[in-house]
Amino acid sequence: MYSVILATASRYLLILLLMFSVFLLLRGHNEPGGGFTGGLVAAAAYALYFIANGIDAARTIVRFDPLRIMAAGLLIAIASTFPSLVAGNPFMTGVWINTGIPLIGKVGSPLLFDLGVYFLVLGIALTIIFSLAEEDRL
Amino acid sequence: MLILLVIGFLASAIAPLLYKRFRENFGWIAVLFPLFMFFGFLSKYPTIAAGEVLRESVPWVPSLGINFSFVLDGLSMTFALIITLIGAAVFLYAGAYMKAYAQTGRFYVYIGIFMTSMLGLVLSDNMLLMFVFWELTSISSFLLIGFKHHKETSRKSALQALLVTGGGGLAMLAGIILLYRVTGSFEISSFYDMNDMISAHSLYPAIVVLLLIGAFTKSAQFPFHFWLPNAMEAPTPVSAYLHSATMVKAGIYLIARMNHEIGGTPIWQDTVLIAGASTMLFTALLSFRQTDLKKLLAYSTLSVLGTLVMLLGIGSELAIKAFFIYIIAHSLYKGTLFLVAGTLDHATGTRDVTKLGGLRKLMPVTAFTAGLASFSMMGVIPLVGFIGKETVYKAILGLEYWGGFLIVAALFANAFVVMITLLVGFKPFWGAMLPTPKQPEEAPLKMLIGPALLAVLGLLFGLFPDFFIATMLEQSAQSILSEKLSLKISIWEGFNLVLLLSFVTLLLGGLVYLIRGRVADRMKHVSLPAVIKPSAWYDGAMAGLLSFATLQTRIVQNGYLRNYIIVILVTALSLASFAFYQAVEELIITPDFSITFYEGALAFIILVSTFLLITSRSRLKSIVALGALGFSIGIIFVIYGAPDLALTTFAIETLNVILFVLVLYRLPRFLKLSRSSNRVRDSLIATCVGVFMTLTVLFATSFELSSELKRYFAEASVPYGKGHNVVNVILVDFRAIDTLGEITVLAVAALGVFALLKLKPQGRE
Repeated sequence: MYSVILATASRYLLILLLMFSVFLLLRGHNEPGGGFTGGLVAAAAYALYFIANGIDAARTIVRFDPLRIMAAGLLIAIASTFPSLVAGNPFMTGVWINTGIPLIGKVGSPLLFDLGVYFLVLGIALTIIFSLAEEDRL
Repeated sequence: MLILLVIGFLASAIAPLLYKRFRENFGWIAVLFPLFMFFGFLSKYPTIAAGEVLRESVPWVPSLGINFSFVLDGLSMTFALIITLIGAAVFLYAGAYMKAYAQTGRFYVYIGIFMTSMLGLVLSDNMLLMFVFWELTSISSFLLIGFKHHKETSRKSALQALLVTGGGGLAMLAGIILLYRVTGSFEISSFYDMNDMISAHSLYPAIVVLLLIGAFTKSAQFPFHFWLPNAMEAPTPVSAYLHSATMVKAGIYLIARMNHEIGGTPIWQDTVLIAGASTMLFTALLSFRQTDLKKLLAYSTLSVLGTLVMLLGIGSELAIKAFFIYIIAHSLYKGTLFLVAGTLDHATGTRDVTKLGGLRKLMPVTAFTAGLASFSMMGVIPLVGFIGKETVYKAILGLEYWGGFLIVAALFANAFVVMITLLVGFKPFWGAMLPTPKQPEEAPLKMLIGPALLAVLGLLFGLFPDFFIATMLEQSAQSILSEKLSLKISIWEGFNLVLLLSFVTLLLGGLVYLIRGRVADRMKHVSLPAVIKPSAWYDGAMAGLLSFATLQTRIVQNGYLRNYIIVILVTALSLASFAFYQAVEELIITPDFSITFYEGALAFIILVSTFLLITSRSRLKSIVALGALGFSIGIIFVIYGAPDLALTTFAIETLNVILFVLVLYRLPRFLKLSRSSNRVRDSLIATCVGVFMTLTVLFATSFELSSELKRYFAEASVPYGKGHNVVNVILVDFRAIDTLGEITVLAVAALGVFALLKLKPQGRE
């Protein structure tokens, strides 16, 4: 069920959607969005690519094993809890650094946490989708 | 100290990367890690020796009294030095020994985590922190025992060790919490003056029993001893490190650490004394029929652990002195002998002691090392083991009531230990050469240095006890008894009763060794009745648990999704209706039925798609209807000002449809499976739930909600969370720990899906 139009479109849509997902992740702190939604959108982007181009192509373009993405996400989220200890604050207190760079502004450990959530959600969704998609090949 | 532990965990994490890079020489790299720690602690030695106590505390969860509090005093210093020194020997040794196994990198991760956690355990001043490290050592022990995970016995032993020590850990946790109820603190140092208050409290017996269960399971005291011999399934460096020199001493460390704070009462001393003494005797006797090198050593370890616990139970100054010397001596010689056993296994391909002999010419260094360590273990002058045994006998003789009985018990236990030593340390090397599965040859350098170093240290410690042991003994006694103890340690105290006892021990041990072969042969067919074997209790409990789980699963989780949903809905419905019924007067609905165009249109779409969903005879159509339904609900969120929810809903719905499509064509053809009576029942429940939800929403909107939390979060979001999106700030900052828990659960669920779909047993499709 290969569709040239969808396959071609999915390539561009993938990039757009991924950019959108990162946008959602970054704006999450002040506007609607965040790691969870961002991760879901990113997963949907890959899912679209998979529908258009098949599972092998999707696996190739994701590059990393979804399970590893998931683990990395969890690791990042946990790692984000440590800076507060170095700063001498109780566990999981947010730590913020004002970079002074316009548009970026303050960067803090909650953002890192959100990034972890992003990867974790992406990893989970892809794990489930890819596993289901490969099921019939066994 | 916190920094040191963080470095430890990080170093463990990168071990596989370094291993890939260095391969052959990785042992030399790995050994730097414990050595670095060792010298780190050694540099603090003068400070501790001068009687200072180093403390460090970083708040972790201060509102719950959990802090990263560490204390470095004589006791923890001694343990830390033992852990890192033997760690160094083992890390180097494993570099050569583990070559036969795949995934050596992973091995170093586990053992690195173990070493770091063990250090954390002995350094912790906060009981909950200690508990965390305690469990980490149990988990790393589980992973290491089960390292040969393709073998069923390995997996079984690993699980057994985990369940026994983990179960004990839970008991300990309960004890810690009870102790908190009494003292209002988790910090061990804050209990310092509270002994009278704690021991007079009505919860005191419970605290003692729970803490001691934790200590006894970890240190394999009777009747929890059975997991330790089974743990010999682990690769030998692990047995040398975890299951003789360090981890199994964690329980003993706990007893010693808490001795001043909650000890001193009859219930504490007697329980500890009896458990220790019975372990010492019974496990020594159990070694009689063993022929496996490692199992023999395991039983002797058990006996020594029992002796150590017994000494704490005696609790006199002399006993603490003996305890201290014995712990050092044992770590040195037992670590060595385990490594020697590993070398023998490695070189000859067998661990059966009856098949080994005459290897001294082929493996001279190993034979020398083994001999030295064995002399220490048997308690031969002038090795440190001799001083250890002497002081143990002296401590027992100093006891008034039990002294006579215990001295006989100790004599027998030690005689059996001597027998084990003769079997492990001498028999393989002397006598006639016996054929072995592999042509034996001397082990590589990496496998010689560690054990040889430890064995030589055993000699040096024996020759110069004042220099090596006395200072730390003084400081440790301070921690255990909270009094200055300046006992001279000397190796030669003239001819006296104690020396005679040492001599009798050796003689008796030799005798047991000589008659062992014949008697063991005759006893081959005798076996203990299962009723008195604690391992049989364990097996019984496990079998019971499994059959109960099967039964419970069959009833509660029968695999029919519809049944689960019915149970959930009916439960919710009945509980909530009851709540409504209780407050029936207060439930007022102020109807506000002005509908905008959007709302009306959405309601229409929702109703139509619901109707399609339940009447459709095509799955594809149902899915589309479901999608439409979900998106409409998302739009409702948009209208009522919950854009975050709406975004998430949209994303979820999209993925939902994709997932449904993926599983769709694997399902059987659409059939009408349910009977019409079922359908009537289902629709009845569905209608009730619908009506109930509608009512709830109507009630809820009729009240003015005045939530403190809502106001607090709205106000605190920008100054504390530095974000304007309150929902997201709550998720990633204020309640981040909840989120962390939730995403962990999600990850586990995804792993479950992955395991169900992908990890099919091979050969069974």
